[in-house]
Amino acid sequence: MIIGYLAAALLQPWPWYVAGPLIGLTMPALLLLGNKSFGISSSLRHMCAACSPRIPFFNYDWKSEAWNLFFVAGIFLGGIVSAFWLTAPGAVEVNPALVKELAGYGIGTGGLMPEDLFSWQSLFSFRGLLIIAGGGFLVGFGARYAGGCTSGHAIMGLSTLQWPSLVATCCFMAGGLLMTNWLLPLILSL
Amino acid sequence: MMKHQKIPVPVYAGLTEKWSGQKWYYLFRYALVGLLFGIVFVKAEIISWYRIQEMFRFQSFHMYGVIGSAVLTGMLSVWLIKKFRWRAMNGEQITFQKKKFHRGQVFGGLLFGLGWALTGACPGPLFAQIGTGATVVTVTLLSAVTGTWVYGRYREKLPH
Repeated sequence: MIIGYLAAALLQPWPWYVAGPLIGLTMPALLLLGNKSFGISSSLRHMCAACSPRIPFFNYDWKSEAWNLFFVAGIFLGGIVSAFWLTAPGAVEVNPALVKELAGYGIGTGGLMPEDLFSWQSLFSFRGLLIIAGGGFLVGFGARYAGGCTSGHAIMGLSTLQWPSLVATCCFMAGGLLMTNWLLPLILSL
Repeated sequence: MMKHQKIPVPVYAGLTEKWSGQKWYYLFRYALVGLLFGIVFVKAEIISWYRIQEMFRFQSFHMYGVIGSAVLTGMLSVWLIKKFRWRAMNGEQITFQKKKFHRGQVFGGLLFGLGWALTGACPGPLFAQIGTGATVVTVTLLSAVTGTWVYGRYREKLPH
C-alpha cells in the first residue's frame, strides 16, 4: 500500500521540499564523483570551444571538461524519461490570476510550456522569434558575461558563501522582474 | 637480485587509479547525475515557463522554495565536505574556486535575468525542455550558444 502510494506520488508534480534538496545534492554529488564544480552554462562555452578555437576565450582544452557535456546530455535524457514514463495525464496547474492575464494575450495553459509561444509555428511570428531566439541569446550572452548561471552562481556560489555570486543572483532576479512586469506585457501584445 | 625489484602498487592505489577519470567511459557517471537532475527539473515543473512567470510575479512560493532549499542543502554539504575533508572518488582533494567580483556580474546578470523571464528557462532547463519534446527549444539553445560565442568574441570591448 505504501509502495502504491509512493508510485502514485512519483507521477504527480513533486513539491518544492523534495525537488530543492535533490537539486542541492547534485552539487556535492559532482564534487564527490570527481571534484567537479557545478555549473551548466559552461557547457555552452565548451560547445563554442569545440567549434571556434581561434578566439582566445574559447582556446582551451575543452575535452578535459567533457564531463560537463555528458552532464547536460544526461539532463536531456532526463527530460525524455520524465515525459515518457513519469508523467500522469492532466493539465499543469497555473495561478488563476496568471491564467486570466495570459488569456488576454491569447496564450493558453495546459502543458509545461505555452504552445502559443513555444512552437515551430510561433517561431515564424515576430513575437515568437523575439521570445525564442532573442531570449535564448540573452540567456547565453548574459550567463557568460556574469560568469555563470543559476546553477553556478545561485546554487554553487551561494552555497560556498561567495558575495559576487549574491550580486549576480540579485541581478538575475532584478532582470527577471523587469522583464516580467514591464517588458513582457509589451512583447506579448505584439 | 630480488631486493631490487620494483615494489608492486598496493591494491587501494589501483582502486584510486580505476576512478581517476582518465578513461572516457567514466564520464557516463556524470550523465547519470544529469539524468536524475533532469528528472527532478521536469517533475518539479522547474522547466515550466508558467512557474518562472509565477515566480517573477510573486504568485507562487514554489520556485523560491526550490532554490532556497537547494541552497541550504548545498551549504550543509559544503560544510560537511570541508569539516571532514572528504575527498573525491578519484582521490583528489575537493577544491572550491573563489569567484572574483567584476562589473560583468551586474550587467551580465541583468541581461541573463531578462532572458530567463522571456524563455522561462535558464541553461539547464533548456536541455530538459528539448527532452520532453519541445523541439523548438533547440532554437533557443542554439541562440544561447550564439550569445556565448558573441560574448567570447567581443569580450575585450565589454566593461568588466
